[in-house]
Amino acid sequence: MSDRPTTPDAPEIGGDLAAARPPLGPLFWISVGWLGLNVLGAVLANVLPLVNPLAQDYNFINAGPSLHHWLGTDDLGRDILSRIVFGSRVSLLVGSGSMVIGFGVGMPLGMLAAYRRGRFDAVVTAVMYVLLAFPAIIAVIAVLSFWTPRTLLKIIIVIGAASIPLVYRVIRSATLSIATREFVTVAQVQGARDGRIIWRELLPNVAPIAVSFLLVGVATVVTLEGALAFLGLSVNPPTPSWGNMINESRTILSQNPWLAIFPSIALGLFLLSLNYIGDRLRAHFDVTEVKL
Amino acid sequence: MSDQPLLSVRHLSTTFATPAGPLRAVDDVSFDLDAHETLGIVGESGSGKTVLARTLMGLQPRLNVEVTGSVQLAGHEVVGASTARLRELWSSEVAMVFQDPMTSLNPVMRVGRQIDEVLRVRHGMDRAAARARAIELLDLVGIPSAAQRYRAYPFELSGGMRQRVVIAIALAGQPRLLIADEPTTGLDVTIQAQILDLLDTLRAQLGMSVVMITHDLGVVATRTSRLLVMYAGRVAETGPTGDVFRHHRMPYTRALLESSPKLSNAPHTRLAAIPGQPPNLARVGPGCHFAPRCDLASDRCREVAPALEPTERPDHLFACWHPLRTPSETPGASS
Repeated sequence: MSDRPTTPDAPEIGGDLAAARPPLGPLFWISVGWLGLNVLGAVLANVLPLVNPLAQDYNFINAGPSLHHWLGTDDLGRDILSRIVFGSRVSLLVGSGSMVIGFGVGMPLGMLAAYRRGRFDAVVTAVMYVLLAFPAIIAVIAVLSFWTPRTLLKIIIVIGAASIPLVYRVIRSATLSIATREFVTVAQVQGARDGRIIWRELLPNVAPIAVSFLLVGVATVVTLEGALAFLGLSVNPPTPSWGNMINESRTILSQNPWLAIFPSIALGLFLLSLNYIGDRLRAHFDVTEVKL
Repeated sequence: MSDQPLLSVRHLSTTFATPAGPLRAVDDVSFDLDAHETLGIVGESGSGKTVLARTLMGLQPRLNVEVTGSVQLAGHEVVGASTARLRELWSSEVAMVFQDPMTSLNPVMRVGRQIDEVLRVRHGMDRAAARARAIELLDLVGIPSAAQRYRAYPFELSGGMRQRVVIAIALAGQPRLLIADEPTTGLDVTIQAQILDLLDTLRAQLGMSVVMITHDLGVVATRTSRLLVMYAGRVAETGPTGDVFRHHRMPYTRALLESSPKLSNAPHTRLAAIPGQPPNLARVGPGCHFAPRCDLASDRCREVAPALEPTERPDHLFACWHPLRTPSETPGASS
């Protein structure tokens, strides 16, 4: 053909696909901004002009929001805004760290099992279902009760390990629905090797599902950390985390409700933006969904 | 190599182990295919056509499947070959066009990249050369503005266009044999004709051999040189296409021919459907598989399976105890 490869005025086919996709929308960017703010706060907490989260201000005990302490103080006179920002470090680290472990192990295993099938699939799937049958939260609580002293790393490892079977199950079933399609056979018959098929043919198809499950997973783990903190099984006080802030507020809820409200809002908004981003990304990058 | 057929199949059987017992989907099939020849394989759904095609490619899973006999492809044995060995044959010796163009393309890869893949991995081309060749191939299979379509995703193309892309992928390795497994399923009739004509043109142009698998006799009538009629995994009749159409001897072939509409029929003629259904291959008797649906069947048919026998022409074979003399012979005469 005489056509030049791509000209700016070329028809839409293969060109600007973004035009055909559902737009991400302003709310998506607000969510991204909020998430970025959270991450930035967690990273730069030491540099930011914040009060020491452990410092007690005896002039303001159990105070509501004021100019001195924008979000008020707790029963020991510690600044809540500062504690929320510093607390996000624990929540974000646990959330992302354990998902790195969960996906790092669960995703390759799931894809390999679904592509290979046979004995490997049978054995790994059986093991994973046995693990799934045991309630993860009980396992996490049991391990964290005895594996002392509890450090952030141990919490991440335990939650990450507990998430492996869940990730494995989702990725395996997603891969399974792709691996049985004809185009995988087409690639095989073209002489492509297994590694290449998994990387080039399967991964791009599984990725959208993986990303949205990853974001939901981070949200779930952040909540789980909150639950563990509530049970006193997360990082030791006085280190703040969103979970243990909510936990500590419980005893004096009637005197100072702000103590529960602000960390809960922080946690809620964080989860909401994560879920929304995951949902929009899936819709946006799912090329098959745009299909007429 | 030249005196030997490109594809030589001998006593090929594919047996699946099922809970109901062994299921012989392909049963003692033998045929030869010369270079530049087109072989049509016809039969009802469930007659073992697709299993035969996949067996020819060496695509059967290792578990629960037993393949016996021999498939010689350009002098290489396919049955029992390792995946590494098959990989050398695939794409450069034999390629396949699959049934459904909706599922044989990766939905999240640009179509050009899917053609590139084989060129870069197997033929060691660099990115630019592979791209140029891919655009050439898209052009060859009749895709307009090939350079722009190179960047298209499968969902941006119509069914016919997609099947053309699938054909381009199959042609990328310049195979000597192309196996087309019902390449026009799911396409509308005018597009079907276009795709079939395209395959025929490409065969002549590139000097390939083609195995065309279909349930549509109209597809094979003018586009194949030889025909293999399959029923329940066995060869019912095989021979030069014209001979099989005009001088078929097997009642099943006649039944197939009569069940397709003809323009010469008077309006509102009822089509002669074949009564009943193909048998469950896990539970078949010793005799001819077609016997339960055949109006010429005798006790002998139900007890002993007929072997393939030549007609007056040595390359036209059929398997029947009560062969038809001519297509016009009245049924029931010999029973």
